Amino acid sequence: MTLVTATKRSAPDAPRADGDRRSPGHGAWFLVLPALIPILLLSVGPLLYGILLAFTDAQSGRTAPTRWIGALNFRDLLHDTLFWESFRIGLVWAVGVTVPQFLLALGLALLLNEDLRLRWLARALAIIPWAMPEVVVGIMWRLVYNPDAGVLNETLRGLGLGDGRDWLSGLATALPAVIVVGVWAGMPQTTVALLAGLQGTPRELHEAAAMDGAGAWRRFRTVTWPALRPVALSITALNFIWNVNSFALVYVLTSGGPGGRTRLPMLFAYEEAFRYGQFGYAAAMGCVMVAVISVLLALFLVGRLRGDDDT
Amino acid sequence: MRTSRQARAGQYLALLAYLVFLAFPFLWLVSTAFKSPRELGSLHPTWIPRHPTLDNFRQAFDEQPLLHAALNSLLAALAAALIAVLVATPLAYVMARHRTGLARVATGWVVVSQAFPLVLVIIPLFLVLKNLRLINSLPGLVMVYVVWALPFALWMLVGYVRAVPAELEEAAAVDGAGRVRTLVSVTAPLLAPGLVATGLFAFITAWNEFFFALVLLKTPEKQTLPVVLTHFIGAEGVADLGPLAAAAFLATLPSLVVFAVIQKRITGGMLTGAVKA
Repeated sequence: MTLVTATKRSAPDAPRADGDRRSPGHGAWFLVLPALIPILLLSVGPLLYGILLAFTDAQSGRTAPTRWIGALNFRDLLHDTLFWESFRIGLVWAVGVTVPQFLLALGLALLLNEDLRLRWLARALAIIPWAMPEVVVGIMWRLVYNPDAGVLNETLRGLGLGDGRDWLSGLATALPAVIVVGVWAGMPQTTVALLAGLQGTPRELHEAAAMDGAGAWRRFRTVTWPALRPVALSITALNFIWNVNSFALVYVLTSGGPGGRTRLPMLFAYEEAFRYGQFGYAAAMGCVMVAVISVLLALFLVGRLRGDDDT
Repeated sequence: MRTSRQARAGQYLALLAYLVFLAFPFLWLVSTAFKSPRELGSLHPTWIPRHPTLDNFRQAFDEQPLLHAALNSLLAALAAALIAVLVATPLAYVMARHRTGLARVATGWVVVSQAFPLVLVIIPLFLVLKNLRLINSLPGLVMVYVVWALPFALWMLVGYVRAVPAELEEAAAVDGAGRVRTLVSVTAPLLAPGLVATGLFAFITAWNEFFFALVLLKTPEKQTLPVVLTHFIGAEGVADLGPLAAAAFLATLPSLVVFAVIQKRITGGMLTGAVKA
């Protein structure tokens, strides 16, 4: 308890008497360098180098020197129907995972916020998808979707709903099938964030609203949602970005098949770079992905700022 | 607030549906891992193996160098966790205690780095590591993992540093202790639980990582567990289900155990992140 009050008092915004000790420069550089050097060398540097590569004809195993080719890669990308197809699939995947994931997680978080008996079990189970390596999640769902030995088809057969199909190899079913896995894998994280947000809402507000005769939906709209909104928006934006960039899950489930129906942009770029050695071209794809994500993030930030004005 | 009996029943029904959705794939994985080949070939698979067997585990170890891969994963993850915490702690301290431009840039980088498509970073890294002859080597992979784990590690650590009252440090300063001495003898002991949690988080991140390992590690004797697991799935996507399930089940156990220990702390770190992002 004392810890909490002390932290509050020493909030960074509070005016400080000992300006000297807080001032930058005084030993700060020597504390920053251990992290700064690897970040610059292995993260910022490669990112900039990657953007440069997008304007070259870099290939793996080529003896001729790499040449600067300007925007040629981007012009080729513009006409690459396979890339735009994977781009479209990536958007369907990212929206298809993020939206149901949010709604399901919101439902679960609201349930877990009530005094229900099996709450602890749900919390314990929620750890499983979160802690599992993505590769294992993919393998596990391959077992579930297996046409013969899988539990899904067997359950459907038991319920008398057809005699099963090969979900991951079907042209129509592959993308929905991997989307379900994406939702399953990311739901716990979203649930926990929303639950923590819910627990920040004062109970008295709910009770006051209930006294005024507000129904469940009204209470949700007027009390719960306004308090939850910042957390909800942030976690949704993060989920969306993570989903746009995801790789391992779908690589293990379908490797992008059948017939490219689940070839997310990351899988496409990976193949282009490390199967066909087209480093420059793949880097250009990465640049397009960065650009799209930045635009979406900017829109999100603008929307969020505007929302803050409303409240 | 009183909830009607019908509403309660509805809530329990919904919770049950969630429990089934969350649990059934994992239960199926475990069940498959202990099934005999005959049962796996049966057209009507059952939830509980009729003749539970450990053969799948033995076969999994025979087919792929699982033990060696697990050792590689363990080494890479331990090294990455240790270095990440050592490197991140001083910067996190500066970010938490100073409002300098540098701290702000670092915070901005933590947010922005979440949005990089990995492919844009891995191609140049691949070229650089190749020139340094660090392709197909664990040290090269560890370097990448350290930087990759840094954003979230920083985020967690900044929270822990803020929870240590600055008054304690000031008191030590008044008593004449220098900056380093204050950090080591006053701040660090109070941070210890946070350092452990952050390290464990970095450990799981590296243990579970797949993309970098797939690109950077070429030969089976260098590969980590997630990469070796994919070898169980043949070229045509055909897999020997029993050993595949057994190996996948084993690979999950360490992260489940570690995660159960630090779950609350990760949640805390994630929440501060989600609220402030």
